[in-house]
Amino acid sequence: MSQVEVKSHSALPRLEYSLARRKVLAGLAGVGAWTVLCTAAAAEASGELLAAVTAYTGGALTKVGKVRLNIAELVDNGNVVPLTVTVDNPMTPGDHVKTIAVFNEKNPQRDVFKSSLGPRYGKASVSTRIRLATSQKIIAVAQLSDGTYWSHTVEVIVTLAACIEGEA
Amino acid sequence: MARTLINAPTTAKRGEVIEIRATIAHPMETGFRPGEDGKVLARNIIRRFSCHYNGELVFSAELFAAVAANPYLAFHTVATESGTLALTWEGDNGFSQTENHTLVVTP
Repeated sequence: MSQVEVKSHSALPRLEYSLARRKVLAGLAGVGAWTVLCTAAAAEASGELLAAVTAYTGGALTKVGKVRLNIAELVDNGNVVPLTVTVDNPMTPGDHVKTIAVFNEKNPQRDVFKSSLGPRYGKASVSTRIRLATSQKIIAVAQLSDGTYWSHTVEVIVTLAACIEGEA
Repeated sequence: MARTLINAPTTAKRGEVIEIRATIAHPMETGFRPGEDGKVLARNIIRRFSCHYNGELVFSAELFAAVAANPYLAFHTVATESGTLALTWEGDNGFSQTENHTLVVTP
């Protein structure tokens, strides 16, 4: 009998604790979603990152949308970070995606990769694996055949950084 | 010759969009990292990747130091006719390697 009582006493605080933790986690997730929405809405490229994007687009206006940069928001290992860039656009001779490029904010170099696609490409999607030196913004830019540029910015948190020993 | 791994279908229907996944064994030394002696190691990266489908360029990419070691790329093309996909990697120190993948297209 006494054993049962002890068990129920110890179970109760644990339950409360886990509920409280769930609330905190839910709150954090909400904040995360809000941050993503804000970065997507404002295309927060600034400083060197903005300069790199402007140099790539030749000063043309980059609109937010169409492009989807798929990358883990919490990166365990910055040495190998898989990413996929998908553009919501058909691939026909009259209307296709011409280029897809990715830039970063805080690696030693702004460029990550710049790719060229043809109308025979079929599906506007490119995947690769990149390095990230620290938590930063990543921006994917796509140029369509009509000359317009579209982008998507994602802010990622990196726990184990790549090339950290190189920052001597 | 560096080891490569090309993952693509060997047969496809005409008009089908196929995915080609390719990786090559390469250190992609960034040129920002000191070696054991404390001196910065010289950059040695693959700078350009291209894929020709029966001689026609279907995809090309400029790679920079931020691309991870053993660079991996996944891209697509429309299967139009039987032939070869020639994948070429070019980089520092005169690195150049081409691998062919045969694709049979059925109507």
